[in-house]
Amino acid sequence: MNKGVFGMRQARTSPSSPSGGEPGGAARRRPGFRMVMDAAQTSGPWWLPILSVTAAMIFCAFLIALNGLNPLVVYADMVQGAFGSGYGLGETVVKAIPLLLCGIGVALAYRIAFWNIGAEGQFLAGAMGATAVTMYLPHLPGPVDIPAMFVAGALAGAVWGLLPGVLRVYFQVNELISSLMLNYVAALLLDYFVFGPWKDPMGYNFPGTPMFQPWQQLMTFGGSRVHLGLGFALAAVALYGFVLNYTRWGYELRVLGASPAVARYAGISIGRKILTVMLLSGALAGVAGMSEVSGVAHRLMYGVSPGYGYTAIIVAWIAKLHPVGLILASVLFGGVIVGGYSVQTIGLPASMSLMLQGAILLFLIGGETLSRVRIVRNGPNGEENAAVHPAPEKRGGEAWM
Amino acid sequence: MDVIAQLLTAAVAEGTPLLLAALGCLLSERAGIINLGAEGMMLVGAVSASLVAAEGGSVPAAMICGILAGALLGLLHAFTCVTLRANQIVSGLAITLFGTGLSAYLGKPIAGTPLAGSIPVVNLSFLAPVPAIGPVFAHLDVLVWASIALAVLLQIYVDKTSWGLNLRALGDSPATADVMGIDVGRSRYAHVIVGSMLVGLAGAYLIFSVAPSWIEGMTAGRGWIAVALVIFARWNPVRALAGAYLFGGLDALGFRIQLMGTQTPSYFLKMMPYVLTVVVLMVLGLRSRRGAPHMPLSLGSAYVREERF
Repeated sequence: MNKGVFGMRQARTSPSSPSGGEPGGAARRRPGFRMVMDAAQTSGPWWLPILSVTAAMIFCAFLIALNGLNPLVVYADMVQGAFGSGYGLGETVVKAIPLLLCGIGVALAYRIAFWNIGAEGQFLAGAMGATAVTMYLPHLPGPVDIPAMFVAGALAGAVWGLLPGVLRVYFQVNELISSLMLNYVAALLLDYFVFGPWKDPMGYNFPGTPMFQPWQQLMTFGGSRVHLGLGFALAAVALYGFVLNYTRWGYELRVLGASPAVARYAGISIGRKILTVMLLSGALAGVAGMSEVSGVAHRLMYGVSPGYGYTAIIVAWIAKLHPVGLILASVLFGGVIVGGYSVQTIGLPASMSLMLQGAILLFLIGGETLSRVRIVRNGPNGEENAAVHPAPEKRGGEAWM
Repeated sequence: MDVIAQLLTAAVAEGTPLLLAALGCLLSERAGIINLGAEGMMLVGAVSASLVAAEGGSVPAAMICGILAGALLGLLHAFTCVTLRANQIVSGLAITLFGTGLSAYLGKPIAGTPLAGSIPVVNLSFLAPVPAIGPVFAHLDVLVWASIALAVLLQIYVDKTSWGLNLRALGDSPATADVMGIDVGRSRYAHVIVGSMLVGLAGAYLIFSVAPSWIEGMTAGRGWIAVALVIFARWNPVRALAGAYLFGGLDALGFRIQLMGTQTPSYFLKMMPYVLTVVVLMVLGLRSRRGAPHMPLSLGSAYVREERF
């Protein structure tokens, strides 16, 4: 028992009680304090994400220094590029829009412990759906175009999102694998379209569709590239917060996420919840794809997403699925992506931002556990304190297939 | 060499990295820890091997570096999952993201540079006259044979030895393992790290067999396919061997159809391994109504000695 719940030997190495130490304690080499994990506390403090971002930056600084570059200069470049100018700030917001939409989508799925990592594919499906409207219905009346693209994008994303849901509910296929495999399928499908039937005949072999007509493009604000997608994203995040906290449906989702067993006994249909959540999750990512092609690229092209769907996973996690957190995290990671582009000029690959993102996530989950550790004083005779550990829900097997 | 033999040869070449990675994931999953970082570990293994090869290092040195890189990431994964008891799924995802970024970052200077060196081949020329399979097995490289042997050895290890019994206890009921006197944390660490070494080796093998140079994101989802293969194989090493060659063969088949100049665009053929993975899991899921059979019962949950269940 002295080993502490960690299995590490912290309890033995921790300094013995400096004040009020019982006389026999030191002689018997009993540590005054030991560490226990507070199982009742499920989330870390609010400052933890900030700490993990800082820790990840310090960690990656070593890797940058390994390459013979000054990490401070690199980070200064990244911050300057992402937040230092009006243009940079605008770009950061432009990147934050798809991150926020996809982030809400995956957050919704993670609420019920459905591990959707297919936002990338759903995003691409939405982009393709919206583009299909411009390719196959070129003679729509102007004002109908944007709504039609919106619906097509959302639908395509929803179908792509529904697939792993159906596979899980009716075929017991683990959603991690299926949603990820569908990402690759969507990316290849997009390649097929932009290198094949949809390629711009006047595009000098550029792998992309012809530019959209002005009435097929989302309006932008002021002189910036920030587009109406920001409105979609903010409306979605408000709706997400409202539905989750103030509706019966949202309550059921929270119950299901907290304990599938309780949900089952309460008569909540888990299969139906998974299907509706994935429908919405996919639709949100699909809208993100639609607004990216219609608002930013103005065409569907090869490599239209720099991995928004994957970054959205971290956004959702670092935000702890909280609506306000989602907004802040998506702006932060929008900045990381833009900053990643701006360090390309000094010869670093843009994927450096991916490295930073992974490190942030690692520090975050590590820190989440560490912040639950409490230091408890040992009783004089070594009996346990009344620190009761309520048994947390056993998850793993449930979530993993 | 006829078409069948060519196909089989390609199946073995494409299947071996899958097999190595799948065996690595299997080992850690039998101990109760899901390794979703396989994709990232493979990439980092591949980039470490190519960095060594680019510096003029020998093939074995490159392989060892790939293994060590895998071990380091495995140590990280074990630390977050076993010691910190963080969510294994998120930890694996984080390692994949981190590994993808890190490998692109480290490999930038040597991206696309052709690398010299190849894995030594075991010549079994007496096999060559055997029809159909003879030419396939006559000139396989050392690692192919090693990976086959490894699959068999692991099968024996898991099913027939007392260590294997301990391992199964670890995956099914760590509390029981603890009572049996097994150091749950230490054993899990060991299995995750050794498993990750195999995944790293799989990445390094890619450099010398499938692709001649480092390219960003060159594993193209092979790590994830390996994770799926473990489910496909129902956590059984020898079935993983069959599964890996099956997947490799279908991949090779797609490539051959493409070479024959059919009308099907190559993009659809490239989708085959991914679609196939899902279809296979679907069929398996249909056969068993309630979850995956043979899955280690405690897969995905951290072990806390004092916790009451």
